[in-house]
Amino acid sequence: MKISKILLAVFLSASVLFFSCKPKDSDVQAKITEKFAATPECSGASASVTDGVATLTGQVKDDACKNMAENTAKDIKGVKSVVNDLTTTPPPPPPAPAVNPDSELTKGVTDATKDFPTVTAAVNNGEITLTGSIKRADLQKLMQTLNTLKPKKINNQLTIK
Amino acid sequence: MSQLQDKYKQLIDAANASGISNLQINEQDNVLHIDGDAPDGASKDKLWDIYGKIDPDFRAGDVLMNVNVSVSAGTKAKVTTDSTNLNIRQGPGTDQPIVGKAAHGEIVTLQSKTNDQWWLIKTDGGVEGYAYAQYLSPQ
Repeated sequence: MKISKILLAVFLSASVLFFSCKPKDSDVQAKITEKFAATPECSGASASVTDGVATLTGQVKDDACKNMAENTAKDIKGVKSVVNDLTTTPPPPPPAPAVNPDSELTKGVTDATKDFPTVTAAVNNGEITLTGSIKRADLQKLMQTLNTLKPKKINNQLTIK
Repeated sequence: MSQLQDKYKQLIDAANASGISNLQINEQDNVLHIDGDAPDGASKDKLWDIYGKIDPDFRAGDVLMNVNVSVSAGTKAKVTTDSTNLNIRQGPGTDQPIVGKAAHGEIVTLQSKTNDQWWLIKTDGGVEGYAYAQYLSPQ
């Protein structure tokens, strides 16, 4: 009985010591915030720590930055695990493809179909619509040229012979 | 990856692997635009072969491939008409007067590229004018 009481006392004091050694969540959070501020890649990321679990939120530049922020947080003493909820900034959309005005397309189409008398081409609102007929051997040749005219779309309704 | 890019994955991969400079792959209004400059005619032909395998009749209308062979002044080009002579014109357009002709198979010299359709060329005989690029194969 006495021994078990002593053991209990030892255990309790050990656990108190153990828990008192554990960094406080708020201190850990402050450390992470400090580290993030010093790492340009982590710009946009912030952390909140609960029971040693760091949750990262915010938007960073790309996946490399996202991983870097996660590793930075993991390296901080007192962080048991990291929940990486960071998002990445989507890359800017590529420039819209240039489309030639109908007047220019019409001129280009006239030139392109000159040697294909069985082909009729109409231009409307950036779209070229092909009707009539063409030999299979000539189809790719005509399509190649029409593709260089920078239309919005080519509607091929040709009968292929 | 979008559905379109998935459908034409083989073509996009080939374009990326063919040394196409200024390569741009965009999607607009459900059309996949592939733009760039091919190092030679063979690279361009290869891409068209792949495109032709995916859409043999070019019927889907969901790709615009504006890949042209990059040429510079002084480049020699062969006249690759079916069999006829190639018209050399005063200006870039079939409405322009014909100033001369280049024979099928003849080698001409590129002076400048007006656009992707019309090139200013000069024959060995000294005739200078605009010819339709479709019938010229850079050598």
